[in-house]
Amino acid sequence: MKTETCKLLVLGAGPGGYVCGIRAGQLGVDTIVVEAAKPGGTCLNVGCIPSKALIHAADEFARARVFADENELGIRGTAPTIDLERTIAWKDAIVQRLTGGVAGLLKKARVRYIQGHASIVDGKMVEVQTGAEAIRIRAENIVIATGSIPFELPFLPFGGRVVSSTEALSLQHVPTRLAVVGGGYIGLEIGIAMAKLGATVTIVEAADRILPQYDAELTEPVRKRLADLGIALHLCAKARGLDKSGEALVVDTTNGELEIPADLVLVTVGRKPVTAGFGLETLGLDMKGDFVAVDDRCATSMRGVYAIGDVTGDPMLAHRAMAQGNMVAEIVAGHDRRWDKRAIPAVCFTDPELVVVGQLPGDPRSPGAKVATFPFSANGRAMTTERSDGFVRVVFDPDTELVLGLQAAGAGVSEMAGQFAMALEMACTLTDIAETIHAHPTLGEVIQEVAMKAQGRALHC
Amino acid sequence: MATHSVKLPDVGEGVTQAELVEWHVKVGDVIREDDLLAAVMTDKATVEIPSLYSGTVVELGGQIGEVIPVGANLVLIETTQATGEGETPPASTEAPAARTRSGKADTPVVSSPPAPAPRINVPPPSAVRSPTQIGAPRNEGTATLASPAVRARAREGGLDLRQVIGSGPAGRITQADLDLVFATPPGKKVVHQGSSMRAVRTGAQEIKVVGMRRKIAERMALANSRIPHITVIEEIDVTALEDLREKLNAARGEKSKLTVLPFVTAALSQAFIDHPEMNAHYEDDAGVVIRHEAVHLGIATMTDAGLAVPVLRHAEAIGLFETAAEIARLSALTRASKANRSELSGSTFTITSLGPLGAIATTPIINHPEVAILGINKMAVRPMWDGSQFQPRKMMNISASFDHRVIDGWDAAVFVQKIKSLLETPALIFMGEGR
Repeated sequence: MKTETCKLLVLGAGPGGYVCGIRAGQLGVDTIVVEAAKPGGTCLNVGCIPSKALIHAADEFARARVFADENELGIRGTAPTIDLERTIAWKDAIVQRLTGGVAGLLKKARVRYIQGHASIVDGKMVEVQTGAEAIRIRAENIVIATGSIPFELPFLPFGGRVVSSTEALSLQHVPTRLAVVGGGYIGLEIGIAMAKLGATVTIVEAADRILPQYDAELTEPVRKRLADLGIALHLCAKARGLDKSGEALVVDTTNGELEIPADLVLVTVGRKPVTAGFGLETLGLDMKGDFVAVDDRCATSMRGVYAIGDVTGDPMLAHRAMAQGNMVAEIVAGHDRRWDKRAIPAVCFTDPELVVVGQLPGDPRSPGAKVATFPFSANGRAMTTERSDGFVRVVFDPDTELVLGLQAAGAGVSEMAGQFAMALEMACTLTDIAETIHAHPTLGEVIQEVAMKAQGRALHC
Repeated sequence: MATHSVKLPDVGEGVTQAELVEWHVKVGDVIREDDLLAAVMTDKATVEIPSLYSGTVVELGGQIGEVIPVGANLVLIETTQATGEGETPPASTEAPAARTRSGKADTPVVSSPPAPAPRINVPPPSAVRSPTQIGAPRNEGTATLASPAVRARAREGGLDLRQVIGSGPAGRITQADLDLVFATPPGKKVVHQGSSMRAVRTGAQEIKVVGMRRKIAERMALANSRIPHITVIEEIDVTALEDLREKLNAARGEKSKLTVLPFVTAALSQAFIDHPEMNAHYEDDAGVVIRHEAVHLGIATMTDAGLAVPVLRHAEAIGLFETAAEIARLSALTRASKANRSELSGSTFTITSLGPLGAIATTPIINHPEVAILGINKMAVRPMWDGSQFQPRKMMNISASFDHRVIDGWDAAVFVQKIKSLLETPALIFMGEGR
């Protein structure tokens, strides 16, 4: 059997793994990245990027449909149609360009990339089954970056008309009736897109509101929009499975049992870490629930074995995995690094979009915190885009003016995630934001206004 | 207007002189009664001397490091209140009053010692002098606020940001705060070495070697220059001893627990029966070795002011728990600078142990005029070959130094082997073997 040696072996080429590989390569660490599927992981192949492509297409289609009717802008068009097969092909081309880009970046950083299924022999040895042969890799350090997969409900197994987000992003036709089980951000993003593409969408959520990890005030604009889009929402409702015919979803609601006829049932009830099927259990690592337990250096309980990304737990976000990958590469290269981030931004590409950075109102860590909100309805730019729903909100310490959290709901606010995260990471105070000139006319003016409002000196409300 | 003298009071039983270690005032200072004037150091403790008067300091009675006798002028203070007496006569205006109270009113004595009882403030150890520190450490759980660039600079400079006080809004640590900490001289270019940033450090601090530190220096120099040391290092399997200690401690419940030290003192007391030459004083000036029957063990103890050696008396006659309690009492007293002279002198043999800092081996300096010293090194679990496989054993090294003028290498080695055998088979310590 062919044997290779390296200083760093990364298992998985998702956002965590490939960033780890590139950074290690930059630092001159002899690195191998092994990936069973395609480079880019969930994010590029079946997650962030494909869903954003679908959402964009859906938004464009919905806009075109508006122009078919009488509208305030006075634009007249004819009723559009959509060839979803073509849309998906366009999306696939973007994915291909990006995954090819990742492979190129790894190569440029002089990282060896091996396509194949890895299986851990011990803490220093991994066997990779490629198409033709098996390769043994002896590594000084191993990084587990195997990511996560959609969680499957035992009474709604994937197959037939029951699909996960992966299949939902590669549909060839818009389903007539779509039932979404799980009102988290993945279900909402795809559900809203499908509704805009013409599907009749029903969302079933077990909690008493959508996006239950956030507060009701923040998610209210999304709930309102669901109603505008004609999406039926069942809260405190538990899916039980398909009915006997297999053509309807059976749901327990507070008002009794309900049957929701559906051509497609999308199950988005969370994701689970990939910790089995490649010999991880033989290492006997300390676990934290289903996840691999790591310290503030992403080190596992075994020396020389690190874990990054979704296998290490919530929040399961690509940019968190990237930051972890970056850090681990530097640690392996001999730098003294520790996780010291103050904020991991979270974005929901719902309609309207949500951005959440730092502490929400009522966070137990800051009992004395105060909150200020400023609506987009008082923002000129928002009006000119016909979208003045939503607001920006700041959570702050009234004694020191320290900004503890920033959130926004509104069309296009996802691009505020960077400023929000930077404000937290820089330990900004209200004055720092209020005294920074925000360009007019932009949505960002609302960020300045909310800081001024928190100081009791808002100008435009 | 009157000038009064504050004299060095009698600061302790049998003490006739003291060394000035710190002035709290200088000429021209306006002080109030009870303000601290100076710290003086005797064989056993540092004592703060307060003022008996309010007024202006006009003269200091000595330099730092100077040894002055009890009763000598320490400070001259000019007071504003009018008194009968004019000049320097030291007996102060309050003397007659005090006499009155004690019923000897009509003996106006001028040359008597100051009447008010000397007030002695023994400072708590922490108040002695705080080390220069960057800033008060933050409370646990409080976030350190700093931008990523500041955090990176601190990381590369090996600085824990929790130690830095932030001057920015909301206590944010700024680049300027780090400039202060790293003390980069203005205009000086920071030298980059690879990826780590290091600041050039200049300057030197002069520290007078006075008081206890000078005493330690003298004694160390004496011991090391006079005594040709031979040091023997041996490893000891203390697994059995640790098992025994654990069992004894388990039975103790909430009461104070045994450390290894009482076992060592017991082993020494036992070993001295066969090796009386080790528990001895070599009076080198007189050319005589005095072997002691009593085992008075000096226990080297670190205090804020430096090394001190309280003495466990008659170690041969007390049990384990008694020994443990006595050692605890002595070290607490010593650390609080409250040990009296008898508790700090008269040792016949000394033990030095740095606990978890005990390293693999040390080269202890003999406490003159003793002839040997035992250093206890740190304990660690090490793999030991038992003839067929490696076994995890609790191992501890000892480093013993001997005065080679009166103790031969052979005897030193035999003694160390004796200690080893006693500590490895602790039952032997308590069997009264050989008696």
